[in-house]
Amino acid sequence: MGAIEGAGDAGFWLDFALSVLRMATPLMLAALGGVLSEKAGVVNLALEGQMLVGAFLAALFAHQVQLLPALGSFMGPAWVGWWAGGLAGMVLALILGFLTITCHAQQIVTGTGLNMLAMGLCPVLAFGIYGASGSTPSLDMGARLTWEPTLVALSLPLLLAAFFRWTKGGLWVKVAGENPLVLLSSGLSPAKVRYGAVLLSGLFAGWGGASLSLALSSSYSRDMTAGRGFIALAAVVLGRWHPLGAMAACLLFGATEAMQMRLQATAIFVPPALIQIFPYGVTLLVLALGVGRMKPPRALGQGLRL
Amino acid sequence: MEQHKWEFIKKSLFRASSGLRPVAAAGLGLVLGLLITAALGESPLNILKILWEGAFGSWYSVGMTLAYGTPLLFSGLAVAIGMKAGLFNIGAEGQLTMGMVTATLVALRLEGAPPLLAQALIVAAALAGGAVWGLIPALFKITRGSHEVLTAIMLNFVAAGISSWVVLDLVRSTTTQNPESQPIDQHFLLKPFEAFEGAPVSAALVLGLLLCVLVWWVLKKTVLGYQVRAVGLGGGKAPSVAGISVPRMQCLAMAVAGGVAGLVAVGELLGTAGRFRLGFSPGYGFIGIPVALVAGSHPLGLVLTALLFGALQKGTLDLELETTTVTRDLALVIQALMIIAIASEAGWSPLVRFLRQKFLKAKDREADHGGH
Repeated sequence: MGAIEGAGDAGFWLDFALSVLRMATPLMLAALGGVLSEKAGVVNLALEGQMLVGAFLAALFAHQVQLLPALGSFMGPAWVGWWAGGLAGMVLALILGFLTITCHAQQIVTGTGLNMLAMGLCPVLAFGIYGASGSTPSLDMGARLTWEPTLVALSLPLLLAAFFRWTKGGLWVKVAGENPLVLLSSGLSPAKVRYGAVLLSGLFAGWGGASLSLALSSSYSRDMTAGRGFIALAAVVLGRWHPLGAMAACLLFGATEAMQMRLQATAIFVPPALIQIFPYGVTLLVLALGVGRMKPPRALGQGLRL
Repeated sequence: MEQHKWEFIKKSLFRASSGLRPVAAAGLGLVLGLLITAALGESPLNILKILWEGAFGSWYSVGMTLAYGTPLLFSGLAVAIGMKAGLFNIGAEGQLTMGMVTATLVALRLEGAPPLLAQALIVAAALAGGAVWGLIPALFKITRGSHEVLTAIMLNFVAAGISSWVVLDLVRSTTTQNPESQPIDQHFLLKPFEAFEGAPVSAALVLGLLLCVLVWWVLKKTVLGYQVRAVGLGGGKAPSVAGISVPRMQCLAMAVAGGVAGLVAVGELLGTAGRFRLGFSPGYGFIGIPVALVAGSHPLGLVLTALLFGALQKGTLDLELETTTVTRDLALVIQALMIIAIASEAGWSPLVRFLRQKFLKAKDREADHGGH
């Protein structure tokens, strides 16, 4: 570490910690969505797609609102974008929910399709609307979000952990993922519980995307999620389907991203590929060594043909 | 007698129609995709015309369609083999990447070797690289119970990382700035067929076609194929009761699937490029998923869908050139819509089944009356 300029200095470490938090923010939001929906028994493989539409629509709305000052005075453009991104993720989640819960489609195939849909549709629309650059124009520096998404990303895991631990609703979600039949026999609808979890999951993932295009950068650009939705899925497993565990995993992955940026500025050479592999390598290694018990919800991936 | 004949005809019609259902779903995907272009202000008819001309307008276009279809034969087959064993092989992209890595490394060591021997070794290396990468998710599933999709997705990213490390740090081209490996010995390259006016259609296409037939034959006509299918259909305990080892069949299927995906390297390394160009694959492994789904995982039907998707790939490249609003990403949208339409087929098939039962039952009653 000594080779990094300023290491050992308190300011340096504070700076580093802040950049870890920034990097981990989109991951944490998406991973929380993953935890919630998997706890309810639905594999949300479309996290990546939900993040991407979230990032695109957040930037699109923020930019359009910026052009209409009358609207902007009601709610800052970035906040309009924030909610637009969340809703966009929710819409994709609604499709996932409808197909898998109501139509009994296979969760994984459907999620794969939705990811491809988002990866194709976002560039097509961006190109159609903004022309050859395929990205949205930059937001004004002052209009961007800064620490707000991180605050949301840090508080949501606590809320979700409390929700699972102490509330009836949390219990319903867990039962929907362990044994939906039990829910049915107590007069509740597993389908409704799953819908709720999946929709919120899309909202969180959409916010994760929005944090990319509104806070970490100032615009949407092609393929900007770059596999973060899949890293979030890995974090769900590494965090053992617990909100706080997933949060810790995301902080670890965020730290490697932040490290990479620091290392690029120094003489220490680490092949970028190695850093790229890290989150997946760690998760696979932990799975392979079977450290602790990796137990997914029992009815995960199963339809509701009860 | 008349009754029986009529029943037979109707039943076979139904059977045919259930085979056509994925095709109908695929058509739905195409129509929705065209509607999106209409929303962007392009005439769908014009789009269809450009797609058609781009894919089949000249011998060169046909050749390019075949060239784009070739890797899809391998990747589609890799997905289909997984499906037959009841596994969702989302890792074809990583498998073909690893096939490319091993094939390139071997090819570069063989500089100056006799071409036939070298080609055989390169093909073997591609097979091996892909097979290992396919086997890993199966092993995780058997020993740790991890879902094959999750591990395969992670392995896709690991493969991407390894390939960029190998190409950029180990065997980087010294003559160009492009992110690609050194070229392999020119004598190893497969000659393109002359009929296609320079389009890179090579023996790789023939290999792909033969492989489809071989896989069909093994699955349909051999005990081994029967066992694999039994595992895919039986799910839980049934096959093991019949003395079939489920883990062994799953490992075998995934290793073979991975090996087949690795053979994409034959077309790319020995056919088209003669080197490892990073980013050569526009997601062949993922496009293999709709290729297999639309074909209902049938190895022979796959030939048709792979070439169809090759046409879509080539056609949308022309769209990008000839229109101002549509990019090649439209192909991805159409493929995605096809996957979704087919995946949700389970949702609308109860309706079809209901109508079918109603129809058949009415006929049965009539037949009963006729008998009395």
